[in-house]
Amino acid sequence: MSQTAIAEPTPSAGDSPLLELRNLHCERDERLLFSGLNLQLYPGSIVQVEGPNGSGKTSLLRLMTTTSIDYHGEILWRGESLAQSRLDYLNHLLFVGHLPGIKKALSPRENLAWFSGLNSGHQRCSAEEALSEVGLYGFEDVPCHHLSAGQLRRVALARLFLTPAQVWVLDEPFTAIDKQGVANLERLMSEHAAGGGCVVLTTHQELAIPQVQKLNLMDFRERCADHELEAEDSLYE
Amino acid sequence: MNNKSSEQPETLNSPVMVQPSIYQGFVATVKRDSLIAVRHRGEMANPLMFFLMVITMVPLGISPEAAVLASLAPGMIWVVALLATLLSLDSLFRGDFEDGALEQLLVSPQPLYFQVLAKVLVHWLTTGLPLTLMAPVLGVMLSLPEAGYWPLMASLLLGTGCLSLVGSIGAALTVALRKGGLLLSLIIMPLYIPILIFGASAVSSAIDGFPIVGQLAMLGAFLASAVVLAPLAAAGALRISVNG
Repeated sequence: MSQTAIAEPTPSAGDSPLLELRNLHCERDERLLFSGLNLQLYPGSIVQVEGPNGSGKTSLLRLMTTTSIDYHGEILWRGESLAQSRLDYLNHLLFVGHLPGIKKALSPRENLAWFSGLNSGHQRCSAEEALSEVGLYGFEDVPCHHLSAGQLRRVALARLFLTPAQVWVLDEPFTAIDKQGVANLERLMSEHAAGGGCVVLTTHQELAIPQVQKLNLMDFRERCADHELEAEDSLYE
Repeated sequence: MNNKSSEQPETLNSPVMVQPSIYQGFVATVKRDSLIAVRHRGEMANPLMFFLMVITMVPLGISPEAAVLASLAPGMIWVVALLATLLSLDSLFRGDFEDGALEQLLVSPQPLYFQVLAKVLVHWLTTGLPLTLMAPVLGVMLSLPEAGYWPLMASLLLGTGCLSLVGSIGAALTVALRKGGLLLSLIIMPLYIPILIFGASAVSSAIDGFPIVGQLAMLGAFLASAVVLAPLAAAGALRISVNG
């Protein structure tokens, strides 16, 4: 195994990784998505998962958020396997998926109140402040089905301002967000990383964050194909 | 978004994360689901309208004679209440599945058991409880004998709770299927049969002047074990549905 630690740890010396993926192997519908994937997330890491459509980006995020357990390999949270530390991990995790779980019948304020209730009200600022940060000042009590796609996305992203979670897993956070919004999100991510958090995100956009590490899932598909070939070769030798 | 980076909280990972309270999570979900139910009143009225319409048509279709109707009434009301519950079950987790809220539930640091219990509680408050409250009115329409009213309401009160809880297992199993309605009925129907038998027989025994403590005790036992076991099964089924 030569491909250890694809994402070079950021120079925050002495820190142990928050989240560590070891030799992850995932198949879906008998199709190999990736194999031999290693990744270490340190406080301060920002990792951008790349790959063409259907390459398994969302599948990887689902493994990292424990909603899917169809994998071989190990996922460690602060050095402990997820099976043992699942609740502690989920307590430090914020996941904004492709479908963000915003109820259209409710107002942004009511939606955020539910998320906050699940976390027992642990949040960094009030829902109003978070909503005005994402440019929805004045829309707090408008039912979400009156909002545009981009505004709905912003309601989901308001959770980034609310959450005290350390690990952010974001699936296509920039969908339907305008340029200014993208810039603000990038700033927020850098600040989060600087404050000791880490971010994993999928996006096809180029990020304007200098310390971002890229993880291309296609690398892990080809490599494993090579491995299989090598294995076959050695059989014939 | 306005550009004010000055008052960003610098303490991203400093607050000591306390284990979230189950009670607060439970209340948050009950509140949210009740709000949604109130905003979608039409959907909520659907099973009730079904209940009302079918019972209205029974005298028209069978016989307006009081003696015939009275003998049919206990079973008829129970069967239709059961079908009305079944009708409403498909939407129990579907909305959450489709907009990603279910995924958020699985990722939240809350035990899924209590979250399922909260959702089922709201489901019962919006279908089982109104059905129970409507039943005496429909009893009058079917000329239910006087001795049958309290037993009807008591058995429905216990029984509809079981129906919602047991039904949540089927709803959780079929939530990821595009057309899960038929499968849901097939999975759940056999489990509903004991509830129907004890519920309807409580009412007819009361009308015939027999004690009904036995039937109500059985329904109570069903409810108690369903509260303990059904959310567990539904939670497991939800994990499978979201995983696949």
